[in-house]
Amino acid sequence: MGTNAADDHAQLRYVTRLGDNALVLGQRLAEWCGHGPALEEDLALTNIALDLIGQARLLLSHAGRLEGRGRDEDALAYFRAEPEFLNWTLTELPNGVGKHDDYAVTIARNFLFSALMAPLWEALARSRDETLAQIAAKSVKEAHSHLRHARDWLVRFGDGTDESRRRAQRALDTLWPYTNELWDVDDVERAVAAAGTGVAPASCRDAWNAIVDDALAQATLARPRDSEFVSTGKRGVHGEHLGYLLAEMQSLARAHPGARW
Amino acid sequence: MTPAAPRPADDARLERARAAVAAVPDPEIPVVTLTDLGIVRDLREEDGRIVVELTPTYTGCPATGVIRRDVRDALAGAGFPDADVRVTLSPAWTTDWIGADAAAKLRAYGIAPPAHAAAPATSPLRFVARAAPPGPACPRCGGADVERISEHGSTPCKALYRCRGCLEPFDYFKPY
Repeated sequence: MGTNAADDHAQLRYVTRLGDNALVLGQRLAEWCGHGPALEEDLALTNIALDLIGQARLLLSHAGRLEGRGRDEDALAYFRAEPEFLNWTLTELPNGVGKHDDYAVTIARNFLFSALMAPLWEALARSRDETLAQIAAKSVKEAHSHLRHARDWLVRFGDGTDESRRRAQRALDTLWPYTNELWDVDDVERAVAAAGTGVAPASCRDAWNAIVDDALAQATLARPRDSEFVSTGKRGVHGEHLGYLLAEMQSLARAHPGARW
Repeated sequence: MTPAAPRPADDARLERARAAVAAVPDPEIPVVTLTDLGIVRDLREEDGRIVVELTPTYTGCPATGVIRRDVRDALAGAGFPDADVRVTLSPAWTTDWIGADAAAKLRAYGIAPPAHAAAPATSPLRFVARAAPPGPACPRCGGADVERISEHGSTPCKALYRCRGCLEPFDYFKPY
């Protein structure tokens, strides 16, 4: 692990980000459980959500050990407040545009997210943080299967009917500005990259671009124009949506602390 | 730990522990054992205590907790109440560890076993057209004319297929 306290702190924040990304997106996807557009897709999303929540458990357990204050994954998931969550804003956005859930948004988000996580986990499998390397070696297989699922639907939507194409393009245009946060290298990412314990997502940007451009071409969708906006979820400064998500996710654990069944 | 010359009594203990663990069925697919599926990675003795290492199939697989408990219970029943059952992530579990015997048991149970080796996790992403990997054969009639209904099925490790020959749906254990 890091040679000094500052490095250890950076690694804690880095691992917490990865864990919170998986947890928050897993929770978002779980909202489709019982509401999927088709039974097969309901199962697919529930399975993907389960993978992400499994990853979150491993990552947050690791974060708890790095922190050294005796908090386990449940304590971190259920008893932290909004500003302590370090997920990318992309993962907390609702499953639709405006009031209505839209499957195109869910698919486009899973696509943009897993197109980064596949190469990022691949790189993290070589982390000098052995626990993180093991989690990465396991998660990379899952990220590839999530990417296959999302890419498959993105192509069907884009190269589908006028309506599916319109909604797929709208979903991409809506989510695209939130990908800037992925490439916004900060002190935490610089420190873990220098220590060899983490990888700045920005170093996977070429791989991400290749995956994204290839899929968009096949889907006949336009790559949205880049903008200046940079969201700040990974620094704990969130949009208006995360609080509602956490309220639902945490209410049971907070009403009945320590409850078991 | 420093390996001491094994005493015969140790060997007998280890064999007893191994036999207990080898009999534990998978909770989701009870026709095969955890050992058949390659989930049991190691069994050894450390400082007089039996240590078992298991590897989860998928990180979120809800059966992992049950599997751990079942192994602990089996060892307790065989006289090892203090066995240490650990979950290890590396090397990551793959369907390539499912042996031929287990594949035959799965088929007899109505689940098509993985039809080919899993792709290495670190293979480059390629989306150009290529020959499709071999698909499963129908576990009921053996027919090769099958179609995929859903990549995700009743558990994270299975997909749902249908045989166009005998018209029966079946589960497929995905190469992973």
